[in-house]
Amino acid sequence: MTNRLTLDSVQPGDVLPELVYPVTATTIVLGALAARDWRPMHHDHDFAVNRNGTQDIFMNTPNQAAWFERFVTDWTGPTGRLGRMKFRMKGSVFPGDTMTMRGVVDGVETDDAGCGWVSLTVSLTVDGDLKTDCAARVAIPTDASDNPWARRGDAWRP
Amino acid sequence: MSTVPAEVEASIDQIQYEETGEFPVERGYVWTTCASVENGNPLFWDDAVAAEITGGPIAAPTMLSVWFRPHHWSPGRDEQPMPLQVHFDLKQIFGLPEAVMTDNTIIFHEPVRPGDRLRTRQLLRSVSEPKTTKLGTGRFWVIDVEYLNQNDELVGVESYTGFGYQRAS
Repeated sequence: MTNRLTLDSVQPGDVLPELVYPVTATTIVLGALAARDWRPMHHDHDFAVNRNGTQDIFMNTPNQAAWFERFVTDWTGPTGRLGRMKFRMKGSVFPGDTMTMRGVVDGVETDDAGCGWVSLTVSLTVDGDLKTDCAARVAIPTDASDNPWARRGDAWRP
Repeated sequence: MSTVPAEVEASIDQIQYEETGEFPVERGYVWTTCASVENGNPLFWDDAVAAEITGGPIAAPTMLSVWFRPHHWSPGRDEQPMPLQVHFDLKQIFGLPEAVMTDNTIIFHEPVRPGDRLRTRQLLRSVSEPKTTKLGTGRFWVIDVEYLNQNDELVGVESYTGFGYQRAS
């Protein structure tokens, strides 16, 4: 990852590079344990099916957040700084699924503190079915000399 | 007329379960989390890049809740503490054995750094009247979790919408 996106290169309607990923049981379990989420529906097939009534173990919320973060910052590069993410889960992601993440730029603005912001709509789908949608607001440099990570206090308005 | 019990109504917008994480923020979990989603952002892997951009290593922003999930076991503890206790309190109060999280908003403030000792507090924001969905019948609730570092700086706020329910028979 060497790209460092700047605000002048982004326009509403821009499409982020698609991410396609085959999900395995290891994906689900590794993600849950990385998040210190020990709950059995994320690693115990029998519990997930017979207690929760789901078809299999499924991806947990913090790990989905980590996937969205990765998807967005793959695009912005390391100078991109997430301000806000809102996501809604409409269905679960299971082992054997191939998930596809897509994103589009909804808006570009510079706030009163001079921080450059991009608003994104990101989706996670499996076989065309929407599993989670995400509205993200990410700060990116207004030019090559700017660094959103240097902003503190009132200069950072996520 | 509201069917939400008075004890629940009284707890809305009140700080609950203020606590400090069981361990300092550490890079091992950052790397494991990045590995779990194949996140190659050099902020987390290359100290020179981290020094240049963020003034040193930071944790991945979306890891806020990681630092407060209790150990699965620790000596002398009889019960497994719940990481979002207000959520589990509501399940118990309303007698709803199952629950899912439907919406999650995270707002990121000061970066979290290795060695930080974070503390958290939970605030119940709302509880719905009974609703029926394809999962079953239950209630929606919104819980905010605020995260602060050892300097009392806000590092983030997570807002969860949960649905506690009884499975349809």
